[in-house]
Amino acid sequence: MSTHARLPAQSFNFAYLDEQTKKMIRRAILKAVAIPGHQVPFASREMPLPYGWGTGGIQVTAAILGTDDVLKVIDQGADDTTNAVNIRRLFAKTAGVRTTTHTAEATVIQTRHRIPELPLKDGQILVFQVPIPEPLRWLEPKESETLKLHALEDYGLMHVHLYEDIATHGRIARSYDYPILVHDRYLSSPSPIPKFDNPKLDRSPALLLFGAGREKRIYAIPPYTRVKSLDFDDHPFSVQRWDRACALCGARDSFLDEVLIDDRGNRMFVCSDSDYCEGRRGTAAPEAAE
Amino acid sequence: MTEPLLRVRGLDKSFGRVTACRAVSLDLWPGEVLGIVGESGSGKTTLLRCLAGELEPTAGSVEFRAAEGPFEDVHRMGEARRRYLMRTQWGIVHQNPRDGLRMRVSAGGNVGERLMAAGERHYGRIRAEAVSWLDRVELDPGRIDELPALFSGGMQQRLQIARILVSRPRIVYLDEPTGGLDVSIQARLLDLLRRLVRDLALAVVIVTHDLGVARLLTDRLMVMRRGEVVEEGLTDQVLDDPRHAYSQLLVSSVIGA
Amino acid sequence: MAAAIEIESLDKSFTLHLRGGTELKVLSGLSLAVERGECLALQGPSGTGKSTILRCIYGNYRPDRGHVRVRGGGDTVDVAFAEPREILALRRSTLGYVSQFLRVVPRVPAIDLVMERAQESGVEPDMARARAAAILERLHIPHALWSLPPATFSGGEQQRINVARGLVAEQPILLLDEPTASLDSDNRAAVVDLVREAKARGATVVGVFHDREVRDAVADRVLVLDKAEAA
Repeated sequence: MSTHARLPAQSFNFAYLDEQTKKMIRRAILKAVAIPGHQVPFASREMPLPYGWGTGGIQVTAAILGTDDVLKVIDQGADDTTNAVNIRRLFAKTAGVRTTTHTAEATVIQTRHRIPELPLKDGQILVFQVPIPEPLRWLEPKESETLKLHALEDYGLMHVHLYEDIATHGRIARSYDYPILVHDRYLSSPSPIPKFDNPKLDRSPALLLFGAGREKRIYAIPPYTRVKSLDFDDHPFSVQRWDRACALCGARDSFLDEVLIDDRGNRMFVCSDSDYCEGRRGTAAPEAAE
Repeated sequence: MTEPLLRVRGLDKSFGRVTACRAVSLDLWPGEVLGIVGESGSGKTTLLRCLAGELEPTAGSVEFRAAEGPFEDVHRMGEARRRYLMRTQWGIVHQNPRDGLRMRVSAGGNVGERLMAAGERHYGRIRAEAVSWLDRVELDPGRIDELPALFSGGMQQRLQIARILVSRPRIVYLDEPTGGLDVSIQARLLDLLRRLVRDLALAVVIVTHDLGVARLLTDRLMVMRRGEVVEEGLTDQVLDDPRHAYSQLLVSSVIGA
Repeated sequence: MAAAIEIESLDKSFTLHLRGGTELKVLSGLSLAVERGECLALQGPSGTGKSTILRCIYGNYRPDRGHVRVRGGGDTVDVAFAEPREILALRRSTLGYVSQFLRVVPRVPAIDLVMERAQESGVEPDMARARAAAILERLHIPHALWSLPPATFSGGEQQRINVARGLVAEQPILLLDEPTASLDSDNRAAVVDLVREAKARGATVVGVFHDREVRDAVADRVLVLDKAEAA
């Protein structure tokens, strides 16, 4: 569903950020696009919400929004969570852009921890909210060292980590924020999306932008870029599968959330992507809470 | 083989006004064990770290010859090349195993790391190699998934050795490998080192303050005092026929040298 | 046929820095030659440099002046001037040495210690083990001791391990420094037999034999050193 454009709030610049800041972020984005998967530092600004709530993604979105854009914001696949609602409201107020919950209608989609089920098209931009952009951070705490590792393409450490997973659990246990190799060069974190979504990154027609506000990094995967999820030859990458369908729409190919429905432990599985689920059900959802 | 494996010329290393090494030159040939002895503060560990590429000398050169190719200056080459050589062509066994092992990674992961860094992507093969090398250094392969902290000091030393040998290096540098170990464990380690040197045709540089270890393990010896090499030659020659006053003092001070 | 060992104008002294720089002159202008296949016994009072000569040939002591030419297979090496690597190679291929000290890595079984010497000179492990077993047998070392480290052996047993290590590789030149010290008559006889066999193989032997009987049994020539030859 969509709302009509409203006049921007008087005291803010278009899309909240000042033009100089947007220029700075756009330069960072251009660098990021030029070097797929490489983390570009940027001067992250103070935003009207604390670190950990998507300030990086918001800054990227703010820098790229134009008056004709249609914005969708999702959080764990849903348009109607508090976070998604508030971010959408922020841009509706300060940029006056059209907002939507329909993936197909959006030109810019800001997301936390999921990629929409509906395949993206050429011309769409997906903006990821990223907590820790450095995929090696937990293995090598020193930034000076991880910078060198990336520069030298020295990624043995990540494979040691995956090896440990297999040795401990019999398989690679990482199920989200699964490390990827972008354009055969840079090791990147796809942000905490489930590994189920990793294949969608590979050669996507859309432009994928990643913003980390607290860590002050931006990186990008340009359209049609090769993205490979790390694995071993004899333990190839594989995605999660459910042995059931969505309780609401019957989909068997989407990422399902497990929802407790009462105090006796009864649960149901529903599509995490609320727009996808509704689309399959053909129902018009009520107005997204403002 | 007409050229040595490692060529060191005029190596100086200072830390501010403190001179740790002065004008050290040496050649190292495949299959030989070179000992560097001296007391604490003689500069021997600093020298070792310069040879292994960990510390950059203040002056002089350390040149390594890979696979019968040309000499390459270890400290003037690009970082990528140096790191590549450091994890394939040689390795350093640190005095404290914690400096040479990833303590939060299993024994197998530690041993397999160099393989993975070199691009090996088959888990089964990596594991098989790790098992083989653990066995080679006389560690129980059944402990492949245990963390290094569960191993004793002597075993951690052997784990360090396995971790390096997996890349089939030309040189192994050892910094006081028997320090802090029980005497019987020292003996086992020495014996293992001797056999590995013989079986793998390694070149080894071993820093030790223990002349007994030097006599048993090394072919050639360099005696260091206050950063300078005061005497060098065949090990048994330096220990039985020391010429420099300091060497004589050192030898006479030690029981069983 | 060229001599196996040629010593020319050898000077060797020791400067004892710990005793205020006292100089101890042991050998002065010594020259001698040992023919291939010959057994030369060095004789004389202690302090005349008998051990020193052996050690100079072995490269254990470094002379002040002079030459020590050793002919192994084809090449001649001047041990007095050779690089450490050359001396090590010479020891592996050519020079066997029975010293008075058994300095070995602790906890290694006796038979392995003997075997290793053979392996170092290029003998295959199986053959090396067989030879080691044979020589230990000859030297009357009980089987029970073969798998034990020699640190707890008696003096005589340790000496026999020394002899075994020196002879197992069957090298062309043997340097024997009191090989029968602390051995009883049976074992002395065993050593004599082994030396004779080495000679029969064409080995050149230079030795210091305290025991006259042993000396008479193996030596072709005796060189008497006295204070005149020494300093």
